[in-house]
Amino acid sequence: MRKLSKLLSGVAIAAIMAATPAVAKDFKYAFQGDSQGLDPHGLNETFSLGLLGNVYEGLTVYDENLALVPALATEWKTISPKVWLIKLRQGVKFHNGNDFNADDVVFSFARTQTKGSDQKARGGLVTKVVKIDDHTVELHTANPLPVLMQEMAFLFMMDKEWSEANGATEAANVSDANEIGYANRNSNGTGPFMITSREPGVKTVFDRFDGHWNKDLKTNVTHVEFTPIKEAATRVAALLSHQVDMVYPVPVQDWKRLDEAEGVRALKGPEARTIFLGMDQSRDELLHSSVKGKNPFKDIRVRKAFAHALNLDAIKAKIMRGAATPSGLMVAPQINGFNAALNTPYAYDPELSKKLLAEAGYADGFTLTMDCPNNRYVNDEKICQAAASMLAKIGIKIDLLAQPKSKYFGKVLAQGGYDTSFYLLGWTPGSIDSHNVFANLLHCQDAENKMGAFNLGNYCNDRVDEITGLVGAETDQAKRQALIDEGFKIVQDEVGYLPLHQQPLSWGAGDNIELNQRADNVFDLRYVVVK
Amino acid sequence: MISFIIKRLLQSMLVMLTVAFISFGLFRFVGDPVSNMAGQDTSIEDRQELRKSLGLDDPVYIQFFNFTINAAQGKFGQSYMLREPVRELMAKRFPATLELALVSSVIAMLLGVPMGVYTAIRRNTLLSKAFMTISLMGVSLPTFLIGILLILLFGVTLRWLPTFGRGDVVQLGWWSTGLLTASGLKAIIMPAITLGIFQMTLIMRLVRAEMMEILRTDYIKFGRARGLSNRSLYFRHALKNTLIPVITITGLQIGSIIAFALITESVFQWPGMGLLFIQAVGNADVPIMAAYLVLIAFIFVVINLIVDVLYVIVDPRLRASSEGD
Repeated sequence: MRKLSKLLSGVAIAAIMAATPAVAKDFKYAFQGDSQGLDPHGLNETFSLGLLGNVYEGLTVYDENLALVPALATEWKTISPKVWLIKLRQGVKFHNGNDFNADDVVFSFARTQTKGSDQKARGGLVTKVVKIDDHTVELHTANPLPVLMQEMAFLFMMDKEWSEANGATEAANVSDANEIGYANRNSNGTGPFMITSREPGVKTVFDRFDGHWNKDLKTNVTHVEFTPIKEAATRVAALLSHQVDMVYPVPVQDWKRLDEAEGVRALKGPEARTIFLGMDQSRDELLHSSVKGKNPFKDIRVRKAFAHALNLDAIKAKIMRGAATPSGLMVAPQINGFNAALNTPYAYDPELSKKLLAEAGYADGFTLTMDCPNNRYVNDEKICQAAASMLAKIGIKIDLLAQPKSKYFGKVLAQGGYDTSFYLLGWTPGSIDSHNVFANLLHCQDAENKMGAFNLGNYCNDRVDEITGLVGAETDQAKRQALIDEGFKIVQDEVGYLPLHQQPLSWGAGDNIELNQRADNVFDLRYVVVK
Repeated sequence: MISFIIKRLLQSMLVMLTVAFISFGLFRFVGDPVSNMAGQDTSIEDRQELRKSLGLDDPVYIQFFNFTINAAQGKFGQSYMLREPVRELMAKRFPATLELALVSSVIAMLLGVPMGVYTAIRRNTLLSKAFMTISLMGVSLPTFLIGILLILLFGVTLRWLPTFGRGDVVQLGWWSTGLLTASGLKAIIMPAITLGIFQMTLIMRLVRAEMMEILRTDYIKFGRARGLSNRSLYFRHALKNTLIPVITITGLQIGSIIAFALITESVFQWPGMGLLFIQAVGNADVPIMAAYLVLIAFIFVVINLIVDVLYVIVDPRLRASSEGD
């Protein structure tokens, strides 16, 4: 009898142990580079913000489907077109045990405007922060701004007391050779993971923060090791040998290998990044072409000829291994303002292209230099080569200048004086909203008002400029969508750009790992489950 | 002697200054660092401001001048991409590179010398020919390929060895070593072989040629006539004389091993200075590139200086002539 009760209690203990969630789950992952420091206002770049998003939180956060959900704010509403009333979450603790409150919000917004900050643009959307009580603030904007809370997802909140105690009240300033900033090496957020050790460029270790406000997170991971692995072949080998549980990015040509190998798989979800070609439509003579005295891209027939010469399906099948989505729009389906009805690409018709070129007076074609990055987007250089050979069929001879991204961006962006005639670029709107595309890519270049900064070819249309302003301020969704549609239609009709496709994300993971492959290429540890 | 060393030291400074100057001339061609340091929402004015505060708009000679002044005070600035002081990064990465270089040199010696001796003595055996063929492959296959092949075989297929990184390290003061842990030792095997294979070939061929030369000399013949055993002849008398040039060459090669470790380091994600440099080139991280190139120049200069001084000590004729002028 005694034996039996012992046995029973043993069974009971076993049952209890089985019922409690798995004790410690380790997870290792690798990316091609490292976060540029730990300062949450140090660099506005996808990977750095994505990594820090596990440690710090904004007022809002994107869920697995890129839908906006509450984080440090629980409710928000506009009490007048330019004033938002924000209710802050109660009971939120920073990793050091401090409470999160309205003072921290006021402090964090002020910190984004300090010298070393790269979040000046995002933080500057809010012109004034007013503390109403400990858990209520008002955010004032200069103009009506319907996408404010989308922008807040990547504006991380810091602890005022901690920053003051450690001399981190200003963002880490990379140009200051003497002082790198405490917050650049140490972290204290409200997020579900704490950074417990870090050697820049070598290894970063995260441990689960038990005091996180959200007890319903999907992840069961308690300990995470992140290693940057620069070489793609080494990264893939690390996954194949199961030394890491997840790697990204994976070269497209390795998909087959991952799928055939035991215990790992390639993840090929769509990315919200649109890849497109742009043309210089503003200079009176192209900087890099054989046509002298005039700019052929000012003639819509030439732009149309280019559009109809590109075979997007062939690029998809031959270069992207079937994993791209040919696009007619400058935004991806995940982006707010996308309209499937407008997403039909220009038809592939090289005969029509030749005819249009002849009509425009370029029956014999011309020579043109194309700028292309070779380590920025998925198969970027190969796409340019394919486009060059397609254009060769209608008589356009392309001199391809494919360069590493630092050289490429140094040449074609504003700091290089927009030194390009024809180029390939990719764009994911940071706010996951079409307005960002209007403001950066479709609006005429206007340095004074900070518009069209990435409209490298200076496509320019007065109505599109007007629409950009209207879309930015319109709060009625139906009216806003109509404006967005109108704007995209104009750009399409005028062939302002040549959209190619949305590129695939390319990650690899072990079969025992469940994760969320978010379309903005952010890897969120909140959704990692180790089985 | 002292004046000789001072003279050489002054020449060394000149070499390092020249390297730094040429580097700064080339940095303009690696691209714009600011495009990696600012997000896409950062305004054009803020980018200009950043360029200005980093001194990137200054002419090359001013940038070079500022760098030299700061470097002379031991200041190398901050890395643009890792946002850490360059001096600390270099100090942290140097032990990894030096350990890799030393272990690969030792492996190259331990394998290269016996193979060289064997191929010199038993020239026509099958094993000899196999050694010669392997060594030919060692010099002709690119390091990157050798590294990847080793990773695929021993890391992915057999899973005996880790495919990347340095394993667990132990901190001895400011020096971090991976040679005291099991995972650290396992991690160094493949990178050390990859890096040492060229070295091994060099040593093997050198030993073979020297050995064949020496075996023809009179004192070996006399030794043989005296009835010395083959073993004693080969290893006591011939090999000792062979090793003098081998040691010289190996010593001189340590500089190039450290410098060329960057390919091996990037294949194995070995956290050394070479990997840091390669990443810096990709991101146009000027402070790291400048410091690395000057440091490598310094290592070469120091090794050459030591060799020169040793020669002077060993060879009285050199001493006489250097004192003469």
